[in-house]
Amino acid sequence: MTTQITSLAPERIDVVLDCSGLLCPLPVYRASLALNQLSPGEVLEVIATDPGALEDIPALARQTGSVLLGVERGQDRHRFWIEKGSRS
Amino acid sequence: MNTAVTRAEDDTAVEARRRRIALVASKGTLDQAYPPLIMATTAASLGWEAGVYFTFYGLDIIHNDRLKSLKVASLANPAGPIQLPNLLGALPGATAAATKMMKKWMTDARMPTVPEFIEMAQGLDVRFFACSTTMGVMGVEEDDLIKGCEIAGAAAFLDFAADADVQLFV
Repeated sequence: MTTQITSLAPERIDVVLDCSGLLCPLPVYRASLALNQLSPGEVLEVIATDPGALEDIPALARQTGSVLLGVERGQDRHRFWIEKGSRS
Repeated sequence: MNTAVTRAEDDTAVEARRRRIALVASKGTLDQAYPPLIMATTAASLGWEAGVYFTFYGLDIIHNDRLKSLKVASLANPAGPIQLPNLLGALPGATAAATKMMKKWMTDARMPTVPEFIEMAQGLDVRFFACSTTMGVMGVEEDDLIKGCEIAGAAAFLDFAADADVQLFV
């Protein structure tokens, strides 16, 4: 299933996780812990400043069977929206 | 029948079991303690099974008394935190200074310490294998190691690594 990646915030956001100032692997580590607390279909917003997060957070979504709904790429601060999948 | 179908079936097979990473940590310096711990913690965060085999000087990383005093080599380490002519790295205090500097870098970057990474990894069920030969050679007892380690020889680790999707040696 392919989902269109947008830069617009989804209507539903259940939890916001601010990882500003944290470097790899902390945004992924924390986002993973946060996803584990969610039920399938719930949406996590991750905020990160680590440029590596632009690749890392989508990788986290792929590897955990979640859906990356969108990415808002900022100058040095990015926002990601991940919908918890049924596998993770 | 066609490639696309075969690949889809392969993907399903991979989905059916968790991915696995097998790491070897063979170095006992502060800078070399981080990569295997970071990789293992990240893999576990992705939902993978992760295991680290601590062998030779790498055993220091899970040694109760030594894990808090891992150091950065100042001699024969041209990439180290202190940029001095190599020979000066042998001066008394150079190793301590290089170690202090790296710890400051890490703290300033809000990176966890080695003991914190160990706690994070174990909290995600990363398996820590302690090399039994190293323990014998260096006179390390099970009680000298942090809790939750599995004492293992090479065959036991390879048995775990044989089913790993990723194997890395540090």
